[in-house]
Amino acid sequence: MINRIDKTFETLRQKKEKALVGFITAGDPNISDSFSIIKAMCKSGLDILELGVSFSDPTADGPVIQRSSARALKEGINLRAVLEITGRLREETSMPIILFSYYNPIYAYGAKAFYKDALAAGADGVLVVDLPPEESDEMTSQWSGNELALIRLVAPTTPLARMAQIAQSASGFIYLVSKTGVTGSDGLDTEDIKDKIKLLRSATRLPICVGFGISTADDVAAIASVADGVVIGSAFERLIEDNLDNPDLVSILANKVNEFKKATKVKDSVTL
Amino acid sequence: MGNKEKPIQNSKQFKAGEYPDSRGHFGLYGGRYVGETLMPALLELDEAYNKIVPDPGFQDEFKRLLRNYAGRPTPLFYAKRLSEHLDGAFIYLKREDLVHTGAHKINNTLGQALLARRMGKKKLIAETGAGQHGVATATAAALFGMECRIFMGTEDIQRQSANVQRMKLLGAEVIPVTSGTMTLKDAMNEAMRFWVKAVRDTFYVIGSVAGPHPYPVMVREFQRVIGNETREQILRRTGGLPAVLIACVGGGSNAMGLFYAFMDDPLEMVGVEAAGKGIKTKKHAATLGEGSIGVLHGSKSYLLQDENGQIQEAHSIAAGLDYPGVGPEHSLLKDLNRVQYVSIDDEQALEAFKTLCVLEGIIPALESSHAIAWAMVEAARRPQNEIIVVNLSGRGDKDLGIVSLYL
Repeated sequence: MINRIDKTFETLRQKKEKALVGFITAGDPNISDSFSIIKAMCKSGLDILELGVSFSDPTADGPVIQRSSARALKEGINLRAVLEITGRLREETSMPIILFSYYNPIYAYGAKAFYKDALAAGADGVLVVDLPPEESDEMTSQWSGNELALIRLVAPTTPLARMAQIAQSASGFIYLVSKTGVTGSDGLDTEDIKDKIKLLRSATRLPICVGFGISTADDVAAIASVADGVVIGSAFERLIEDNLDNPDLVSILANKVNEFKKATKVKDSVTL
Repeated sequence: MGNKEKPIQNSKQFKAGEYPDSRGHFGLYGGRYVGETLMPALLELDEAYNKIVPDPGFQDEFKRLLRNYAGRPTPLFYAKRLSEHLDGAFIYLKREDLVHTGAHKINNTLGQALLARRMGKKKLIAETGAGQHGVATATAAALFGMECRIFMGTEDIQRQSANVQRMKLLGAEVIPVTSGTMTLKDAMNEAMRFWVKAVRDTFYVIGSVAGPHPYPVMVREFQRVIGNETREQILRRTGGLPAVLIACVGGGSNAMGLFYAFMDDPLEMVGVEAAGKGIKTKKHAATLGEGSIGVLHGSKSYLLQDENGQIQEAHSIAAGLDYPGVGPEHSLLKDLNRVQYVSIDDEQALEAFKTLCVLEGIIPALESSHAIAWAMVEAARRPQNEIIVVNLSGRGDKDLGIVSLYL
């Protein structure tokens, strides 16, 4: 059986589109609104959902996602609740769902139980920000199978030999970090990213999605012309934060997804 | 629910030099749990550390700096009046408060700054709680003509304002951290975030035996001079070994520095954590006593956390102990029962602070006062022919503001 992630990229290839990957902190601004927001985003053109599991000390994240995690934690979010949300979303959509987490919440939950419960809830993959290949055996060795894709990060500082090593144990897609720094930083160097994709392409056949610092439709179009997918996180979270008391919060997010999705339908895509 | 990793109890003897393994694991603990952007930098640092630090040229320069600049060796002082007052064992104080900048932290920052220079990095960053590591990093940066940024929680900036002034005088930029609990944990979060951005030209000087590999082993190696000197001094002076060593434990660098030289000796070691307002109140920093295993700031160790793996707030009157984690090697030493970990609350620490002031004319740091307080407990119940060595890790000038609120 072909999994939902591979199938999504295959369908997009046929439609000559790139993947719009959206990161949303589960439980922000609260569990019920969060569910409505994510459901609406899924129906407005999102191709892959990255569901953020909040952690009290998110060292890889900038201020926007730090604050969104804090809001979700204040609402009582935890990994168990995120898996419940995943299960409810799975009843609504066939879109791939990637759980995006720091390692400690998964470690506390137990890697074995996590694998079982994440699959049962309908998750398709997991990205653990602070678990490099050097340490990840302790998690995957407790998994009873390999049905959960292990999305891995490649950074601007990653040399070619290491890219290959990372790609070897990755599945689903590779998440290429566009620049050094935390999530939500400004400034995008498309030329530099193009070079990095070329290099990474020589190390893997997996789809390559680029994230960090992508915040406008123009950014999305620029990245979509060179990568297989574009990851947006802080830009969505900033919109939530700016509209916490706005009754139109859900449609604002849906419209933004729509706008970004259009930008992924590139006419003259470069094949690297 | 819950992870299945269980500590090994007593099944193995700790031997100095056996840990960590080549990937930085101290048994279950340690490792490198960081984002991919930092991994190449940590691999580069590990390689540089293994190549440069053992080099005789590096060692000569490091030892020369410790002697001529930092003022080592520090004295081992017999606290006669304190010992007589307690009417028990002999208490000796390892006077790290007398080293340049007033705390043991300088041993490590000189080592790391020297390594940074040999790696061609000209910018230093550091986190600080009590400010002693910040001051020691700023000092090394000034000495080597390097740019220096120190991350410090606003709560700590307030309670350790004298050290903030010192860092600024030394030419460092002090960056206030307003996230989370606004203490050491958050200063470390922010330093890591900055490092992710500036990783290509910036050296992160971690102040304790914590963080991702190779920091726990590197900081231990730069701090072990404390124990090396102490062992030689006590043997020369008394002809024998102490019965027990005592040091306070926040991240645990001064304790590891004192203990390591004695690991294969038949003696007891006690690490003193901060019980804050009391172990039962949850307002404490007794990570080893009350915590559970988890991953924070790049390594696996005991942590104060809830059942969902969210880190809990720590509390101590001593900013340098106010941290919900602890160095990974301490976690192993606890499991193997090689070191006993106990705790002392804010009030007991203040009482010890006062006692040392009036009986010995020494104003200790509030952090070190926790070790003094435990030594007072131990001395009173031990026979008079036994020797206790306490690491007096720092001086208390920085704490006068906070102490005056209580006395």
